[in-house]
Amino acid sequence: MLSFTPSGIYCQPGGFYIDPWKPVEKAVITHAHSDHARWGSNHYLCHPDTAPLLQLRLGPVEVQSLAWGEQLDINGVRVSLHPAGHIIGSSQVRVEYKGEVWVVSGDYKVVSDGISGSFEPVPCHHFITESTFGLPIYQWEDQEIIYQQIRQWVLDNQAAGYSSVLLAYSLGKAQRVISCLSELEQPIYAHGAIANTQETLIQSGWNLTPVVRVPVEPNRNQLKGSIVVAPPSADGSSWLKKFGPAKVAVCSGWMQVRGNARRRNVDAGFVLSDHADWNGLITAVKATGASSVYVTHGFQAAFSRYLTEQGIEAKEIQTDYGTEEQE
Amino acid sequence: MEPKSRNSNTGMRLFAELVQQLGSSTKTNDKLAALLSYFETAPEADSIWVIALFTGRRPKRTVSSTYLREWCIEQTGLPGWLFEESYHTVGDLAETIALLLPPPTQESSHSLQTYLEALQSLSNQEVEAKKSFVLQAWDELNREERFVFNKLITGGFRIGVSQQLLVQALAKLAKLEHSQVAYLISGQWDPRQTSLQQLLDSSFAATDFSKPYPFYLCYPVEGALAELGDPAEWQAEWKWDGIRGQLIKRNGELFVWSRGEELITEKFPEYQGLLQSLPDGLVLDGEILPVMEGKPMPFALLQTRIGRKNITKKQLEAAPIHFFAYDLLEWEGTDWRDQPLEQRRAKLEALVAQVQHPKLLLSPMVIFDTWEELAELRSRSREFVAEGIMLKKKDSVYQVGRKRGDWWKWKTDPMTIDAVLIYAQKGHGRRSNLYTDYTFAVRKDDKLLAFTKAYSGLTDKELLEVDAFVKRTALEKFGPVRTVPAELVFEIAFEGIAASSRHKSGVALRFPRILRWRKDKTVNEINTLDDLHQLLQQFGNEKAD
Repeated sequence: MLSFTPSGIYCQPGGFYIDPWKPVEKAVITHAHSDHARWGSNHYLCHPDTAPLLQLRLGPVEVQSLAWGEQLDINGVRVSLHPAGHIIGSSQVRVEYKGEVWVVSGDYKVVSDGISGSFEPVPCHHFITESTFGLPIYQWEDQEIIYQQIRQWVLDNQAAGYSSVLLAYSLGKAQRVISCLSELEQPIYAHGAIANTQETLIQSGWNLTPVVRVPVEPNRNQLKGSIVVAPPSADGSSWLKKFGPAKVAVCSGWMQVRGNARRRNVDAGFVLSDHADWNGLITAVKATGASSVYVTHGFQAAFSRYLTEQGIEAKEIQTDYGTEEQE
Repeated sequence: MEPKSRNSNTGMRLFAELVQQLGSSTKTNDKLAALLSYFETAPEADSIWVIALFTGRRPKRTVSSTYLREWCIEQTGLPGWLFEESYHTVGDLAETIALLLPPPTQESSHSLQTYLEALQSLSNQEVEAKKSFVLQAWDELNREERFVFNKLITGGFRIGVSQQLLVQALAKLAKLEHSQVAYLISGQWDPRQTSLQQLLDSSFAATDFSKPYPFYLCYPVEGALAELGDPAEWQAEWKWDGIRGQLIKRNGELFVWSRGEELITEKFPEYQGLLQSLPDGLVLDGEILPVMEGKPMPFALLQTRIGRKNITKKQLEAAPIHFFAYDLLEWEGTDWRDQPLEQRRAKLEALVAQVQHPKLLLSPMVIFDTWEELAELRSRSREFVAEGIMLKKKDSVYQVGRKRGDWWKWKTDPMTIDAVLIYAQKGHGRRSNLYTDYTFAVRKDDKLLAFTKAYSGLTDKELLEVDAFVKRTALEKFGPVRTVPAELVFEIAFEGIAASSRHKSGVALRFPRILRWRKDKTVNEINTLDDLHQLLQQFGNEKAD
């Protein structure tokens, strides 16, 4: 029922695409990250929490929203969305036609982060899964342990007279980092991209900690020893100079491997991911009960071979999803 | 150096933290602070081992990495191929294992010394005993501790701490001069039989007759030569392409040290003939080089002698090693490093003339009056089998480590070839999970022929670009090597070329690296095997192997 086309994952009987990477007529969107929610399609369908983010990122586009578990009939295909736990609004897409069920996971993580909804295993025949961290070297610690490390790092920096700059992707990771830091009860300065996202979410009714926009021309020493959340692109920019002497940390699953952390050339790396780790991927795949699995972006060759050896028929699929920057 | 809170039960934890801090801090001062704080709090017996490990004094390997792999696979229940895939992505065996193992079930850790000595005592034990020791350690250490534990076995602590930094930290700790510390921690010493106190005590060091001086190293010439001032104040020599070494005779014994601070006396038995001729209390700095009919031979010939334990008579004849002396550091047991170069040189010349031994040669001076003249001579370096010119100020003292100002190297321009990328492999260390190790090919008729690997020369941004190309276009899915379509053209630079029967191309290159990415060129415009052979004819010397 679903096929992989040059424009993206296509549902022929329904006449719609899921997370297409080329402009199409009808696009069902799993979540608002730019490699999944691309510009140029005529109609978008997504979760109500994703809708304002799409407007923020793509401008005024035509968006229809569908709550988790609600069913929609598109040309006889039953479409529903289910929580994926990746970022706010992120959803798996379930499609059913003539008794056959497919689920497109988009990006997901199976352990709840307290913000992004709890991943729901959805039984299906065919499961399309990501594999960003599809190697057994990627096994995450509990979020609370990492959060404590982050807060301790900030306090240590302040004691030594440094500001703390946390680099986190503006949609997803940044909200988690801000919620982690809110316990310190200090102002959290944010880069414009992150402040925009945070404000959009708060206006949409999310109970999130407000951030402080960084003054264009701060007073001398005003921002010394402060807490700053910025997107990875801010690393090395002159914007960071406003905060005086600063330590910089990256929050990403890639920080798991020392070489990756060293390559980023920052003062600290915190292993905080919005994707399922190795065990999470396996748990998710098994929980669907799917008899055939399609593995997309990440370590698709290794993960699909492993699944096949475990008796789950799996194929790797080339897509245009996933860049390292976004995690 | 009074011990503070030296709890040996936290030894491994402290060491793991140190390695973590050194690996992640980006500023020299932070690293220095981390080292100092370690030496102030760690058990003293651990500190001495850390100095040994960070200066390349690795204990003998008692457990093979094949076993480590096997036991890790057994503990995790992963298929072997998946272990290998993980390893290729991480780029470090010790780290791969630390990441894959299930969490420890026990919580006890010992000192670094305890683990190192236990590892040493395994050397003549059965595999089963080795295995149970390693599994026990894995089960009681956390992820960071396991990583350093595995590193103790697999070796090679390349974690971004230079010898210089270690010297600085110890100098601060013991309140000594840097040069003093550099000297004290050099040479032969055994961490099992040396205390920190003894190591940093100069009277104790005096009993070690083999001890070399820290080498004085230099940077490449920056800017115009004219900025160096009056040519008359400078001495020029050829820069040889051999092994930099110190030749020491003390207490009736001869020692040869390489620049990497390896004692290599045994590897060059021909020097033993010098024992009778040289006066006692002598240290010479110079180049270890094969020489035939008074002429230095290319590095490829010297390479046939490196890494061999037993040297046959045939090898001795094929690569007759000489010592090209260019400096004198100790004379009649007195340290001469503070004397101006001119005087050291005069003494050296007199010595070589007096000794009259065929194995001991004087590295000749390059005579010039103007910088233009020197530039002209440099351009002819290859005719003299040299890789360029060394410039030393005549009044310079012999310093410690790499320093600017008095000594400069001025290498000749490299040879270059345009080649196409055909294979890529993931890198190690900070290049983990990136395709950064490349094999290049030149054209031979209508085919492509691999002729060299090169790992350096691209910017981080270019590496990411090539990495994306490899991930997008690679033809295989498993294993370390990816074949890519022959599309990307690079200019490869190298310092020397020699004939080689071990390479399909028939040539071996010296110091190949990527000079630049030729995005303006297509695969049709790369050089040919004939071009390489022409360079070989022009600049290659004797056959290497």
